[in-house]
Amino acid sequence: MKISRIGVGIVALAAATSLVLSGCAGGTSGGGNSEIVSTNGSEPQNPLIPTNTNETGGGKIIDSIFAGLVYYDAAGAPVNEVAESITTDDNQTYTIKLQSGWKFTNGEDVTADSFVNAWQYGALLSNAQLNSYFFDVIEGFSYDEDSELTGLTVVDPLTFTVKLSSPQSDFPLRLGYTAFFPLPQAFFDDPVAFGENPVGNGPYKLAAEGAWQHDVAIDLVTNPDYKGGRKPANGGLKIVFYATEDAAYADLLSDNVDVIDGIPSSALATYKTDLGDRAVDQAAAIFQSFTIPESLEHFSGEEGDLRRQAISMAINRTEITDVIFEGTREPARDFTSPVIDGWSADLPGSEVLDFNAEQAKKLWAEADAIAPWTGSFQIAYNADGGHQAWVDAVTNSIKNTLGIDASGAPYATFKELRTAVTDRTITTAFRTGWQADYPALANFLEPIYQTNAGANDGDYSNPEVDALFQKGNEATSLADANKAFQDAQVILLKELPAVPLWYGAVSGGYSTLVQNVQFGWNSVPLYYQITKAAK
Amino acid sequence: MLGYTIRRILQAIPVFFGTTLLIYFMVFAMPGDPIVALFGDHGVNEAVAEQLRVRYHLDQPFIVQYLIYIGGVFQGDFGTSFSGQPVSEILATTFPVTIRLALLSLLIEMVFGISIGLISGLRKGKLFDASALVVSLILLSLPIFVIAFVAQFVIALKLGWARATVSGGAPWEELILPAFVLATVSVAYIIRLTRASVIETGQQDFVRTAYSKGLSRRRVIGVHILRNSLIPVVTFLAVDFGVLLVGATVTEGIFNVPGVGRTLYQAIIRGEGPTVVSFVTVMVLIYLVVNLVVDLLYAALDPRIRYGK
Repeated sequence: MKISRIGVGIVALAAATSLVLSGCAGGTSGGGNSEIVSTNGSEPQNPLIPTNTNETGGGKIIDSIFAGLVYYDAAGAPVNEVAESITTDDNQTYTIKLQSGWKFTNGEDVTADSFVNAWQYGALLSNAQLNSYFFDVIEGFSYDEDSELTGLTVVDPLTFTVKLSSPQSDFPLRLGYTAFFPLPQAFFDDPVAFGENPVGNGPYKLAAEGAWQHDVAIDLVTNPDYKGGRKPANGGLKIVFYATEDAAYADLLSDNVDVIDGIPSSALATYKTDLGDRAVDQAAAIFQSFTIPESLEHFSGEEGDLRRQAISMAINRTEITDVIFEGTREPARDFTSPVIDGWSADLPGSEVLDFNAEQAKKLWAEADAIAPWTGSFQIAYNADGGHQAWVDAVTNSIKNTLGIDASGAPYATFKELRTAVTDRTITTAFRTGWQADYPALANFLEPIYQTNAGANDGDYSNPEVDALFQKGNEATSLADANKAFQDAQVILLKELPAVPLWYGAVSGGYSTLVQNVQFGWNSVPLYYQITKAAK
Repeated sequence: MLGYTIRRILQAIPVFFGTTLLIYFMVFAMPGDPIVALFGDHGVNEAVAEQLRVRYHLDQPFIVQYLIYIGGVFQGDFGTSFSGQPVSEILATTFPVTIRLALLSLLIEMVFGISIGLISGLRKGKLFDASALVVSLILLSLPIFVIAFVAQFVIALKLGWARATVSGGAPWEELILPAFVLATVSVAYIIRLTRASVIETGQQDFVRTAYSKGLSRRRVIGVHILRNSLIPVVTFLAVDFGVLLVGATVTEGIFNVPGVGRTLYQAIIRGEGPTVVSFVTVMVLIYLVVNLVVDLLYAALDPRIRYGK
């Protein structure tokens, strides 16, 4: 959903001529832990309420000012934060015990009620929270009417139980996601005021009332009462909202901003030279694909499977990632991401993701024998998201290999594309992508390929796949669960409900003033670790 | 004069209703559902989406939506953005920034444009005139984002004379670089405009009369030639002020100026009707006021123009 408006070559040209800022002078001792680290962000699209924040601009802030039951370490493994323990015997009823002594920054205690009330609020239909679907596994949830989550029971002030409507082996993994954060009573007294000046229990807190300067920046300072594992090594965090990645990058080059998690396309070719050791290039939990809906002519049944496989094999992913993305993307080998536990590069059938012109032509001819091809093949994309270059490259690759007419179909905005996809009026293939909310294979698969799932934009349905998903959810060990989700992917590789393209990567960098910069599994820098030398 | 002014202000009322209705209709007719976009790549939760449509009145027919909006405006309520911020507050924080940027640009345009144009006009065909012509043609032919990127790279990053982007409060000194960038193209126009106008005025009878009655060259140029040459320039500056208020999107993006252009662009992309309409309405009002002031200025500049009966 990141929007890059202006893709211009001029900076690349100018930057290529010179500009090599030397690396950190080294030995910056005495890095005070009171310095404020600054970073890039974007204006939150919604009020700052955990259950209503589903995009990265607001998510970065919410994750900094709230502490959930668990947090994710750099590798994506959950670590208890407010939780003392999370236990279950059957993957369906979980007992959650909290540590004592946690407080919100307004002085209220963090209790079992803080979690239960927040989840009840988030799930209730009439509260219209964008993250409400995260609670749909809890008993009592309803999409159609206001309904209490009967599965939540407070046992004592520091203990509560969660009963799910069906077993979910990865439920504890989800609990570090924004939607599951606790809320103080102050929120329920005045949700509107809270959305503007949220009160949390995380490593940081808002510097003052009105610290959120809309469209400009938000100022956070450390929370002295925070007692979890994300204790800040700096004095605070200033998240500056940039209109373009170019502006943020210019600021990084002049040490006006400390850490950025995006490099403008105009500087992708040069940023590693510009920044040296301070450049960051890391795989991300982002999966890019395009979806050919079942409803398209020539794309149903056996003919559809053959044509999807042919198209997939007609795309030269290696060349496109090298040329268009300067090697910052990695060709996809499955439907998830290499940063997730359980990812595998060589699932049976993954050769359908290799460029193979001969095989592609052969499969296409077999499909033509069933029904001759007519018309042209198009991939729809939103023109405000910087997708044109790769869509053109992919469709050219298909056109040249299969000898059919193929092209991109631009929609002016993300909004228009999503509307056409959602109300199923779209008559072409379209770009799809998924950024994981929590680090589990299931999060890349169930929401998209399960029958009638929320993001199943291509209306894919296969009872075998559904059964394997369920098997994974009921598994008692992570290894068993991962096995089931891998087996499901073997089927997906045959039927290609989405054609995998490549994994996203985070390209970023940091200034000469900071050290200990590490990016988390979700591509957001672990701000609490960063130390900054006094200027 | 007073009667003329009042008549012009009364004329602004239908213009106000006409533009808000038109803009509201255009936002309404924009393809795509903003509520669907709120859910991102995730599936749309239809029940939740329905609740949100009711909250933002998006379930109502167009004319009802418009009347709700206009009714709110008359009570000082311009609606709220999706992030829960009152639009009136957004207007109050972004317009001062853009107005300051625009004023700074106008100042730069006037100082450089009029002085260079005047000298060029008086020394028609000489070396100064020729070089001014070349420079202004170059400036006119460069797209603004090229000028902006080069200025940012050379002046801010290489030379370190300015900050690469504008920080939160948008202090005057940080706006100087973007203001120069914004002014470049218009400076070129004003040079051409002033030059042509000065040459034309210089051939007028009253200039010859002024010289022949023995007035000093300085006085003839200052009072008779320059003053009478400024009418087309003032018209251009007024139009340009409006353009600067609405058209600075690219420059504001590159220098990260928290102003109108950037905010309006975001609002259009997100389909936030109330924000877009309120911004455009305020722009229209500013345009109307500026044009009125310009028309009144004509009278002050050229004694031959008189309003009233």
